[in-house]
Amino acid sequence: MSGGLLIALALLIPLAGAGLIALSGRWPNLRETVTIITAVLLFAVNLLLAIEFIGGETPVLRVLEPVEGVPIAFAIEPLGMLFGLVASFLWIVTSFYSIGYMRANGEARQTRFYACFALALGATMAVAFSGNLLTTFIGYEALTLTTYPLVTHHGDAKSVRAGRTYLGILLGTSIALLLPGIVATWMLAGTLDFRAGGILSGTASDGVVLLLLGLYMFGIGKAALMPIHRWLPAAMVAPTPVSALLHAVAVVKAGVFVALKVIVYVFGIDLLNSSGAGALLVWIATITLVVASVVALTKDNLKARLAYSTVSQLAYVVLAGALATQWGILGGGMHIAMHAFGKITLFFCAGAIYTALHKTEISDMQGIGRAMPVTMLAFLIGALSVAGLPPGGGTWSKWYIALAAAETGQLIIVGALMLSTLLNIAYFMPIVARAWFTPRAIHPARSAGAMAAPDGGEGLKEAPLFCLIPLSLTALGCIVLFVFAGELQAFLAPMIDGLSTKGR
Amino acid sequence: MGEHLPILQVILPLIAAPVCLLIRHGTVCWLITTLVSWLCLAIAVLLLLQALDGGAVRYQLGSWVAPWGIEYVVDRLNGFILVIVAAIGAVVAPYALRSVAEELPERQIGLFYVMYLLCLSGLLGITITGDAFNVFVFLEISSLSSYALISMGRHRKALHAAYQYLVMGTIGATFFLLGVGLLYLMTGTLNMADLAEQLKPLAGSRIVLAAFGFIVVGMGLKLAVFPLHLWLPNAYAHAPSAVSVFLAGTATKVSLYVVLRFIFTVFGFEFSFAGQPFGPALLILAIAGVVVCSLVAIYQDDVKRLLAWSSVAQIGYMLLGLSFATALGLQAGLLHIFNHALMKAGLFLAMGCVFLRLGSCRLEAIAGVGRQMPWTMTGFLLCGLSLIGVPLTAGFVSKWYLVLAALEKGWWPVAALIVLTSLLAVVYIWKVVEAAWFRDPPGTAGRVGEAPLVMLVPLWIVVAANVWFGFETSGSVDVAKAAALALMGAVE
Repeated sequence: MSGGLLIALALLIPLAGAGLIALSGRWPNLRETVTIITAVLLFAVNLLLAIEFIGGETPVLRVLEPVEGVPIAFAIEPLGMLFGLVASFLWIVTSFYSIGYMRANGEARQTRFYACFALALGATMAVAFSGNLLTTFIGYEALTLTTYPLVTHHGDAKSVRAGRTYLGILLGTSIALLLPGIVATWMLAGTLDFRAGGILSGTASDGVVLLLLGLYMFGIGKAALMPIHRWLPAAMVAPTPVSALLHAVAVVKAGVFVALKVIVYVFGIDLLNSSGAGALLVWIATITLVVASVVALTKDNLKARLAYSTVSQLAYVVLAGALATQWGILGGGMHIAMHAFGKITLFFCAGAIYTALHKTEISDMQGIGRAMPVTMLAFLIGALSVAGLPPGGGTWSKWYIALAAAETGQLIIVGALMLSTLLNIAYFMPIVARAWFTPRAIHPARSAGAMAAPDGGEGLKEAPLFCLIPLSLTALGCIVLFVFAGELQAFLAPMIDGLSTKGR
Repeated sequence: MGEHLPILQVILPLIAAPVCLLIRHGTVCWLITTLVSWLCLAIAVLLLLQALDGGAVRYQLGSWVAPWGIEYVVDRLNGFILVIVAAIGAVVAPYALRSVAEELPERQIGLFYVMYLLCLSGLLGITITGDAFNVFVFLEISSLSSYALISMGRHRKALHAAYQYLVMGTIGATFFLLGVGLLYLMTGTLNMADLAEQLKPLAGSRIVLAAFGFIVVGMGLKLAVFPLHLWLPNAYAHAPSAVSVFLAGTATKVSLYVVLRFIFTVFGFEFSFAGQPFGPALLILAIAGVVVCSLVAIYQDDVKRLLAWSSVAQIGYMLLGLSFATALGLQAGLLHIFNHALMKAGLFLAMGCVFLRLGSCRLEAIAGVGRQMPWTMTGFLLCGLSLIGVPLTAGFVSKWYLVLAALEKGWWPVAALIVLTSLLAVVYIWKVVEAAWFRDPPGTAGRVGEAPLVMLVPLWIVVAANVWFGFETSGSVDVAKAAALALMGAVE
């Protein structure tokens, strides 16, 4: 099958899936089957694309030209392919998890939920495979709008308020900063294509480059650099499967993915180095990753703590790009995949704890390891991976990022990275320790909500299997990524090969 | 037959109006109106195609040779505007059937279509004519009929709104007439092409300058340029729904066309922009209009009034494109005329559907309506996204070219303002979205059903157009570009 057709399929399958989900809304079993089939098909298409890509093809697809000279174009490059694979694979896992979570918690409006989920994945694919900035922008905005109904799923005053923050920041920054940045790039470079080595070099003064970098990095609100990170904690009002796939993987990764792509293919790391614009970004990212970790420490709500942890981990990727070295780009690209598996595991666990025990606050989670041993083991693995410790895949990406910082001679940054790892341990391990090593607290009032709990605090009480199996799988994924990090690195290598030919 | 298209464009609705007056039967009048509007659209498209291929189409009325006789001229610019007006007319006509039957007393329904046809014919006439005085004649036809249309609104405030518009509109038309009179005084001609020739040696004349002032201010009133816009929100808010749609999509666009025609063709680019600080003045008014009116729109409780304020703000964007005085800016402005007609027509169409079912468009009344009328409100949402300028909608293409034009001039702050003010559009559109989907319906109201198909289909045609012209833009961007180049090329 031709590559262009495969890309078209990757975009159309989720759309068609959303339509079928909406039509089959009256029969929940059929609806969920459609979701799973759509997810599996999407992953299969991604695999086929990856096979073609590894075989040396670079599939492209051009559609129309909405504004003069800039078509809607899609092209495969390593980072996007990786992003597409990760997102579509985790969608399958999340779909199973959603079935368990949504049914066990008796959530309303599930048809809209599944349909919007499929649409959001379609938008994610558009971002992942976009061949120029305009196409990226289209997918980026579509992703914001299709996830809005998921964030406001509960429809109460709190979610409407959170929805305002979500939409206001994401739509606001993208229209007010990203769009002018793209238009200005078009004015300066005469193209919006992603090219190895960048398109902006030699077209603008250092000051303009710095300004443009600012427009891009703060315009891509999904990368959640401080101070525009507020939308991410706000988005936690959504049902947990949404937080897991969208706000730990698809949406936030779309942000850092675009940021990385802009750094590599629009600015070019040489321009970033020579103009000095990268240095400022390094500091912004570093401050974000330390401060967000500290804030995470103060959060008692588990999902809020995970959200701030995500803000911090996203800043790692931006930092990796801003360092503008080959190791940095490689580490940043790998961290997108590593963190995706780690953080989705953690969110799955948070959702499982809520489903089984109706607990959301960390201080209430005493002794839950004895009730939910599998969940808490998976949590431990996920936490290790996110913190960057063996046997989690995050070890390697963080290693490369630290290497890049050392290579540029910025020891303070290396120090900040180490400090952040300590902070990661500090905000994750107490949760694990409390779950295993404290006696289980009895809250009659709270556990009354959990219907089948005659155990009085002892005995197993895991979440439904539909929840348990997915979270075990992703935890396993973290370990697999640790072992097979070399393959991942080889897959991403063409990205930095392109750079090394550019006279380094 | 083919060579008579220009006159048929105007005369068809003009003749159909008295025919309807004789028939008076609501449904029959509706049928005639719908057929005539569709024919008008077909004619307009044919004319535009002719103009795009082979240059301007000229038609001498009664074979009296210009500049003595009245001449109709269709070039790329007004061919484009004709299609916009006729297309909105063709969409509103079928929609009017249920909407008008619901909102107007039985005996007025026939008269409504009479007025509607007159208004359509007036707007088409203003656009097609190449004669300055003839513009005034058609201006009065369209204005008088629109005063009557607005006054048919269900609420008594409609009368007040129509009266307000009558006073302001008459002042505007009088100013315009004074301007044309002064030009006639100086040149002895009323034909636009001839005027342009005769005015060239008179560039320094104070009387010509006064004529320029009268014409621009007079049309500015009809166009609702900030701060001459005060009649518009009331008129749009209280008019019958079908009239709001029609006027929002056409009336101000046609007035803007007249301004463009006089600035570029009659007075000439040099005189208008180089001879006096017209560009900067327009820039300031446009920016003030965009900012102030968007802010006012945020604080409205009635959705129709909110949309009306948004219209005034959007007119600012069109003028902004014009004030750049570059081909790209002009192209952006023209494009926004087209795209704004699409989005605002769609938004008002949706509100007409809501009004049909609920009898009100106030925010507290439409609470929860998104669940009860999903098709209507989804249409509203999509047109709203287009208004905001989300990619893959027509509004994005407008915004792209506006920002590009501002950057081309090197006006960073203006570009920033364009994008920042579109965030204000997010705020006021989302006010409606939150009310429609996240608030519970008021306790007193029973469940209402979806709007009838005869209204939903026109709405969704417009919605589809909003999406279509968001990615397949050869029909809009290319034509706007051709028109802009023609206008600029005529003077450079």
